[in-house]
Amino acid sequence: MVLGFLASQLLVGLSRAMILFIVSAGLTFVLGVLRVPNVFHGSLYMIGAFSAFSIATQLGHHPASVWVAFLTAPLVVALIGLAVERTLLTRLYQREHLMLILFTFGVTLVLNDLVKLAWGADYRSILPPPVLQGSAVLMGVPVPRYNLFLLAVGPLVALGMWLFTHRTRIGKLARAAAVDREMVALLGIDVNHVFAGAFLVGAYLAGLGGALVAPSTSITLGMDHTILIEAFLIVTTGGLGNIWGALLGALLFGLTQSLGVLIWPQFAIVFPYLATASVLLVRPRGLLRSVW
Amino acid sequence: MLEIQGIHAFYGLSHVLFDVSLRVGEGEVVCLLGRNGAGKTTTLRSIMGIVPPRQGHVWFRGEEITHLPPHRVVQKGIWYVPDDRRIFPDLTVRENLEIAERPGRRGLWDRERVYELFPVLKSKERQKGGTLSGGEQKMLAIARALVGNPDLLLLDEPLEGLAPQLIRAILEQIQEMKRLGLTVLLAEQNVHAALQVADRVYVIDDGRIRFHGTVEELRAQEGIRRKYLLV
Repeated sequence: MVLGFLASQLLVGLSRAMILFIVSAGLTFVLGVLRVPNVFHGSLYMIGAFSAFSIATQLGHHPASVWVAFLTAPLVVALIGLAVERTLLTRLYQREHLMLILFTFGVTLVLNDLVKLAWGADYRSILPPPVLQGSAVLMGVPVPRYNLFLLAVGPLVALGMWLFTHRTRIGKLARAAAVDREMVALLGIDVNHVFAGAFLVGAYLAGLGGALVAPSTSITLGMDHTILIEAFLIVTTGGLGNIWGALLGALLFGLTQSLGVLIWPQFAIVFPYLATASVLLVRPRGLLRSVW
Repeated sequence: MLEIQGIHAFYGLSHVLFDVSLRVGEGEVVCLLGRNGAGKTTTLRSIMGIVPPRQGHVWFRGEEITHLPPHRVVQKGIWYVPDDRRIFPDLTVRENLEIAERPGRRGLWDRERVYELFPVLKSKERQKGGTLSGGEQKMLAIARALVGNPDLLLLDEPLEGLAPQLIRAILEQIQEMKRLGLTVLLAEQNVHAALQVADRVYVIDDGRIRFHGTVEELRAQEGIRRKYLLV
């Protein structure tokens, strides 16, 4: 029984880690390629969750409605991200990081008010797609099907990111621009296009994380703060700009959070922060190689 | 093909190029000779639009390119091989070439063709660029520009720090490129080696052009060589 409880907490932690990974992968990718610490990444995540809610409820009780929301909400978020990047952010790339942080922080204020205007301050929720509702029994322990689904999606996103950065031209250019953007321009490539593509992917991942988390949490204003802090910690623990580092950092964060509950329930929230702090004490530049 | 008229360039407040003019004709190999810090790299970077000149003009095939951003200059057909190589360390040799490939008007160069020119690159195709030796990185930097199928190639000190037999190999490759109709502007300190491939020569010192003429004319002018080129 104790073992079963341990296993189910492990599963909760792992599925949480998958959401954290998806969001952090987007944040770290933008940080690596564009050198922009994107403070409104959390807002994009929140918009992803609210959009998924709206799309799913508009489509009503059709069994595919949540699946459609999973597919389209991240695209909506990606387009919002691209619009902000093309109209405003693109003018600031030459500026210092402080300016970029101030600007992207300003965007969070605007986006959060827009979310409040569009969806109000109420709590919202959606159910998982019908096939993923309820629990499956694994080794005598009931586990939520939706958590198992998240466990499968995380590695798929990791694989997708690997294919994107290693098998597509724009992905290879993004890896090159992360190290030396001037040299990329000297190959006759307009670095602005690479940046727009990279930002689009980063925003998509924020939106995907938000859409996927929607059926397992209450969707509300303020959900952007928590994820932003967690994602920045994960990205720092993993090594700035390193997607595999984000995966490691997310696993560390998610697992210490869920296992901490078993050890000292009242102070469970402290464990992931202790874990990241210990990693940074030993490896100040993060677990894996930072591109900075 | 390339014509520079009286350019002045600055790094911040310091004035580094003074009224530099030079001309490169189609199919020529022109050498820009000078010591360290004479202004060779800045001249090439001004042509590319990395350090846009504050005064003066740069023309390419009759079109003014003075204020174009670097990627537009490259799209016109001018490719630059920087002296510090600037290989993308996390990309493999093959990927370094892939992202530069561009069919171009001539379409002469592709990955296979540059592998023939530099066989060592073929054998290290799957290695990360950062693991190559300095000489191999020089070759990769030149190969990367060639697969873009340039009309004009700007080479910044391609021979610097190379072993004598590698210098000979690169000089041969430059001659081969010339035979295939490529125009080259070569910035070098290695006077002896550069003169073996040059058609015409400019000597730059302290940001000013001090001499221009044919290789024979430079050979006859012992004073110029003593004053501006000997270290």
